[in-house]
Amino acid sequence: MEADYAIIGGSIVGLSIAWGLLKRGRRVLVLDGDDGSFRASRGNFGLVWVQGKGLKQPAYARWTQKSAAAWADFSAELGESTGYNLALQQAGGYDFYFDEESLEQRVAEFETLKKELGGDYPFEVLRHNELKREEPNIGPRVAGAILHHQDGHLNPLRLLKSLADDVRRMGGTVKCGVPVKRISKRDLFEIEAEDGTIYAAPKFVLSAGLGAMDLGPQLGFSAPIRPQRGQVLITEKLPKMMNRPSGIIRQVDEGSVQIGDSKEEVGLDDRVTLETASAIAARAVAVYPDLAKAKLVRSWGALRIMSPDGFPIYQESSTTPGAFLVTCHSGITLAAAHARYLPAWLDGSDQAPNLEVFSEQRFAIS
Amino acid sequence: MNNASPFHNISPSDDLVTVTFDGIEYILPDGANLAASLLEAGLRYFRNTPVSGAPRGPFCMMGACYDCLVEIDGETRQACMTEVTSGLKIERAHRDKGLEND
Ligand SMILES: Cc1cc2nc3c(=O)[nH]c(=O)nc-3n(C[C@H](O)[C@H](O)[C@H](O)COP(=O)(O)OP(=O)(O)OC[C@H]3O[C@@H](n4cnc5c(N)ncnc54)[C@H](O)[C@@H]3O)c2cc1C
Ligand code: FES
Repeated sequence: MEADYAIIGGSIVGLSIAWGLLKRGRRVLVLDGDDGSFRASRGNFGLVWVQGKGLKQPAYARWTQKSAAAWADFSAELGESTGYNLALQQAGGYDFYFDEESLEQRVAEFETLKKELGGDYPFEVLRHNELKREEPNIGPRVAGAILHHQDGHLNPLRLLKSLADDVRRMGGTVKCGVPVKRISKRDLFEIEAEDGTIYAAPKFVLSAGLGAMDLGPQLGFSAPIRPQRGQVLITEKLPKMMNRPSGIIRQVDEGSVQIGDSKEEVGLDDRVTLETASAIAARAVAVYPDLAKAKLVRSWGALRIMSPDGFPIYQESSTTPGAFLVTCHSGITLAAAHARYLPAWLDGSDQAPNLEVFSEQRFAIS
Repeated sequence: MNNASPFHNISPSDDLVTVTFDGIEYILPDGANLAASLLEAGLRYFRNTPVSGAPRGPFCMMGACYDCLVEIDGETRQACMTEVTSGLKIERAHRDKGLEND
């Protein structure tokens, strides 16, 4: 089959890009790995999150905001063509604090960023009593929260499913269970799968999550990424008990409460541990004491794909032009930007966003 | 109560205790499976779903589906994973949701 782009890795990042390329009239072939892969796209927290992103890199804050702003329209378009309701809600989100001091410290950082962003950083500080009016079930230990109005959440599995459906509907080819083991360049890029099949395309995007650690160096990328584990707990379905999500706890449209956000440097190990599960559960109960009685029905661990500074990497290979590396931690938040704006950059169009600050060069030792 | 229950206890016992479900007394075999005993007693609808309020009852009988939830001492529990004991006070889980939708 003829394709303009081969996309290696068919989870959220690869499929968002494939979707956007198809909208630009490009032909795409998506090759995804097997079920033994680590897949952050199936184990994440579903936040479309702005607050706290890019505190030391306003360009990342802006890119995140650009994606958040594109989300409503993107989700409506996906929903319309595939019939999936992504349950996108962007009515703000919280960061909770148990003591005033750390809250104040964070507010000071947000004020600095807000200035750098020309004032476009709509957040407010809610002290305990104000927060209690917004969230009547909040616990007495919570000192306050930062409410950021650009934050939101959605159902990430429906996002994955609708992207995969829509890419196929628009004529993209998506092949699952074909891990790529070698990539070389002759006239075209020759992409060899583990079963020996060779696929060829004039351009390709490496969006294989942690799989890029092995594949990247073949094309001259340094791909300096590492896994970072996050554990997640899911409760039984409960009546609505919170109005907005936060980075550590949210209630999904179907009623379950999702509890999360451990950050563990444990290598390629996505198991759950009792110690971390009980720590994140205790923190959730401190925020919403009613959760003490809730039953947990599932838990899992998943691996984030982290660059040294936590920002995305958008890089065209310097040794083999036409080969691109795209990888990021916040692939749900950035899916709208990846679908709407990244394809112009891959195509080398003059409409492309300037992504220079996200190149691998920033990690080069000078 | 529906006396024409299609469920029959295949090893009846004389060791009976009283429990209540939404305030109504039921005489059930001590130590038996709670979901099975309530089904035999004619109950079909154990709970309402917390979001839409739809009625639900036991489905898998092996702890996997969470459709048999009931409320005991303020906690939702799986009836199919619970034994009958004397004096259990059982409530229909998320009953208020069901009434809202009636
Ligand atoms: C616990 C947790 C919570 C998170 N919460 C959020 C959140 O709330 N909001 C947010 O925006 N982001 C969140 N993230 C991050 C987000 O999930 C990831 O950024 C995103 O899923 C990355 O998508 P991906 O497609 O790059 O990688 P993955 O989902 O990891 O997928 C990589 C794909 O590449 C394929 N692959 C690998 N090797 C090969 C190969 N050799 N050949 C072919 N295919 C290959 C795999 O099969 C896989 O399908 C979270 C992550 C974790 C772990
Ligand atoms: S009937 Fe399925 S969990 Fe009890």
